[in-house]
Amino acid sequence: MSKDLTYLEAIREALVEEMRRDPKVFVLGEDVGAYGGAFGVTQGLYEEFGEARVVDTPISESAIVGISIGAAMRGYRPVAEMQFADFISCAFDQIVNQAATLRYRYGGRASVPIVVRAPSGGNVGGGLYHSQNPEGWFVHRPGLKVVAPATSYDAKGLLKAAIRDDNPVIYVEHKYLYRRAKGPVPEGDDIVPIGVAATRREGNDATLITYGAMVTPSLEAADRLAKEGVEVEVIDLRSLLPYDKDAIFRSLEKTSRVLIVHEDIRTLGIGAELSAVIMEERFDALDAPVLRVTYPDTYVPFSHVLEQANLPNADKITAALRRLAEY
Amino acid sequence: MPPIKRTKFKLAPEQLLEMYYWLKLIRAFDERLSVLVKQGRVRSGVYTGIGQEAIIVGTCFGLRKEDYICPLHRDLGAFLMKGVEPRVMMSQMFAKTTGLSKGRDSALHSGVPELGIFGNTSMLGANLPVAAGLGLTYKMEKTDNVVVAYFGEGASNVGDFHEGLNFAGVQQLPILFICENNQYAYSVPIEKSMAIDDVADRARGYGFDGVAINGNDVLAVYQATQGALARARGGEGPTLIECKTYRWHGHSEHDKAFYRSDEELAMWKSRDPIPTFTTYLRTRNILDDQKVKDVEARVTGAIDEAVEYAMNASDPSAEDATTDLYA
Repeated sequence: MSKDLTYLEAIREALVEEMRRDPKVFVLGEDVGAYGGAFGVTQGLYEEFGEARVVDTPISESAIVGISIGAAMRGYRPVAEMQFADFISCAFDQIVNQAATLRYRYGGRASVPIVVRAPSGGNVGGGLYHSQNPEGWFVHRPGLKVVAPATSYDAKGLLKAAIRDDNPVIYVEHKYLYRRAKGPVPEGDDIVPIGVAATRREGNDATLITYGAMVTPSLEAADRLAKEGVEVEVIDLRSLLPYDKDAIFRSLEKTSRVLIVHEDIRTLGIGAELSAVIMEERFDALDAPVLRVTYPDTYVPFSHVLEQANLPNADKITAALRRLAEY
Repeated sequence: MPPIKRTKFKLAPEQLLEMYYWLKLIRAFDERLSVLVKQGRVRSGVYTGIGQEAIIVGTCFGLRKEDYICPLHRDLGAFLMKGVEPRVMMSQMFAKTTGLSKGRDSALHSGVPELGIFGNTSMLGANLPVAAGLGLTYKMEKTDNVVVAYFGEGASNVGDFHEGLNFAGVQQLPILFICENNQYAYSVPIEKSMAIDDVADRARGYGFDGVAINGNDVLAVYQATQGALARARGGEGPTLIECKTYRWHGHSEHDKAFYRSDEELAMWKSRDPIPTFTTYLRTRNILDDQKVKDVEARVTGAIDEAVEYAMNASDPSAEDATTDLYA
């Protein structure tokens, strides 16, 4: 049994089902209560679960995560909402120094089962502080897990996995997909395991590695290349930390060519790391340099013209794939 | 200063003697650590609380196992009083596998969930939102357990202090916020970091009471704590207790503390919490020369045993540097 849900509805369904299943799960954040969240993700939760489990907080991102850590120390599984991923910088210390290090400095005697939901990404006219993709900061921090679903199915399954995971998980949900992505979501428990990529399209000529809102333009570009006789395999990472190295290697051993596409900025980003690992461990399998299409090293401007100039899209990805195929 | 109801308390002679033992043990533990640093046996990470022991003893004495404490970096005594063995704390300082963090961190950055101890990071004040999260769970469970969270006057200038105390006030959480005002944030004196005289005044901004007391008088600390505990356990929310005190040593054992005068140090040493309490006990015939000798022998024995144990414990192996990152 499955039904079609938007990406946003899928996130909400995961929250509701997990809160019904486990009384230790609760949500907290700014406007998540009766208002239902800035984007409406938590709509209906307050009515069903009450203010003790749907906790409206002051504008205090650091405290939202700190409170989550405290609750986790007592066996709870809080799901903290950052109203926008951009605001996660205010909670940076609690995430990277408090939560991420805790198990290590406790000698393995405790864990921090919290989820921090981070509504991320551009292409929504949000400007500098409502459009950021902060995942690159957090994949650089051992002790954290980072996931970034691209479909409704994964939005639900990965959030369930994140809530049940005993580690702190940054759940990067792309705002552009909230109401634009819609697809089948199974009813009930269908967990998408953290650390496992999905192959969205098979092909033998090049491997395209991406995630989040970049999956759709990547598939579009792959379709264009198919018309030119180049079959591109598109891998949706789904999890960024840990990422599915096996899936990447399996594909590139077949195709010998790799393009990495992400909306996060370029320098020392996820693409840089994947490229380095591929060259260190599978250099012999490559027939071409690993290429990247990313956001440039700049901010997200408010002007539609400027933002579109910066965003990776099907045209830019197509051009990069053609370059890759020419090697 | 808002009125804090004075709480009557009656402690039996053996309880008073136990307080005396803790004062002596904590002092001797820190003094031994100071020597061990000078001998090069303990590398670093030693931040003694010598001169501040009355705060720990007065606040921790009689806490329940179910109560949670969030000590700061000078509060080794709080770990001991909440039930961590001296040999384990000494191992922690020696970076041995038998320490709380198995050699990952020699300072007090580790905790013990089953004993209700949350160890903070070096980011001072970051434990206060965590304390709020712990307190929130007690409120959810409708228990009368409490959280005792420690911070310095320096940390009361950090954003997390505001976020943590504000949330605790809004939610009326069962938390005692204990300020150890030792006059200096490393080298910066209080007049250069605060425009008010009493940290206790800050509580009013969060809707609960604050009181400034003599932090070198263990019974004054105990009395204020008992009053605040009764309020917290009775669902009347948080209290801030500012304990005025002074640290005798530098910020760390490597700090010569040239920023303060000999006269100032001598003045505060004349207010040493231990002789004051000793006189109190002697005048009531609770303590005599023999009992002092007995306690001192017990203390020395406990510390000698702890040092012996820690020195002979095994060092971590190289692979421990990268384990215990994930549950």
